[in-house]
Amino acid sequence: MKVKYNEKDKLLLLQITEEIDHHVAERIRTRADFEIQKYIPKKVVLDFNNVTFMDSAGIGMLIGRYKMVTMFGGSINMINVKPNIKKVFEMAGILKLIPIIEDIGGEEDGKCI
Amino acid sequence: MENVYENKMKLEFLSKSDNEAFARITVASFASQLDPTIEQISDIKTAVSEAVTNCIIHGYENKEGIIKIECTLYKNSIEIIIIDNGKGIKDIEKAKEPLYTTKPELERSGMGFTIMESFMDELIVESIEQVGTKIIMRKNID
Repeated sequence: MKVKYNEKDKLLLLQITEEIDHHVAERIRTRADFEIQKYIPKKVVLDFNNVTFMDSAGIGMLIGRYKMVTMFGGSINMINVKPNIKKVFEMAGILKLIPIIEDIGGEEDGKCI
Repeated sequence: MENVYENKMKLEFLSKSDNEAFARITVASFASQLDPTIEQISDIKTAVSEAVTNCIIHGYENKEGIIKIECTLYKNSIEIIIIDNGKGIKDIEKAKEPLYTTKPELERSGMGFTIMESFMDELIVESIEQVGTKIIMRKNID
């Protein structure tokens, strides 16, 4: 996972670079929680551009992160979600909690990178 | 269901979470002989991943055990059977309910069976406590 933080917008970008199953979800969870607690971001964006597979382990992992981010008063969104993964999200009704957005927003994307 | 099969394969591996990706990729690769769409392959991979994860987390409760997969290709469908000799499922109907999980502390979503059921065309769950669980899934590919 690649992590980028924009201090001005308090925007934490988590770029997931693996297939998300039960094996990998645990590793992503540990790293994401570390970064969220370190920055206490206002906005967390999960970038799924490099995620080609996800099963229900991803849903559990994302709901857990949603709880943590909102507990600190932040919001959480996803970008670049592929259709096969969106299908899993839709089935779980998770898009109401963690909506898919078109672009990162705030400062231009480059600023955060 | 046609009785004449075109091809068969069997897999046997340890209940290690590293094998989740191995199992779904191997089954998907075998299924590709039926010339499925990308969406059908993705559905099969997801359903296999759910079933294998269930064997590891619930069947064997992260202890070492053997998971078996048997795949049969028919002219227009694939049958995938996934077997563990773990603790079994006490209440299959309850286990199949969306969002029901016996392990919320592991951040399990309780969506495994719901995904298997909706991504495949048929799902049969057979389980005997302390003996094991057998999942039979079919997907039509035409």
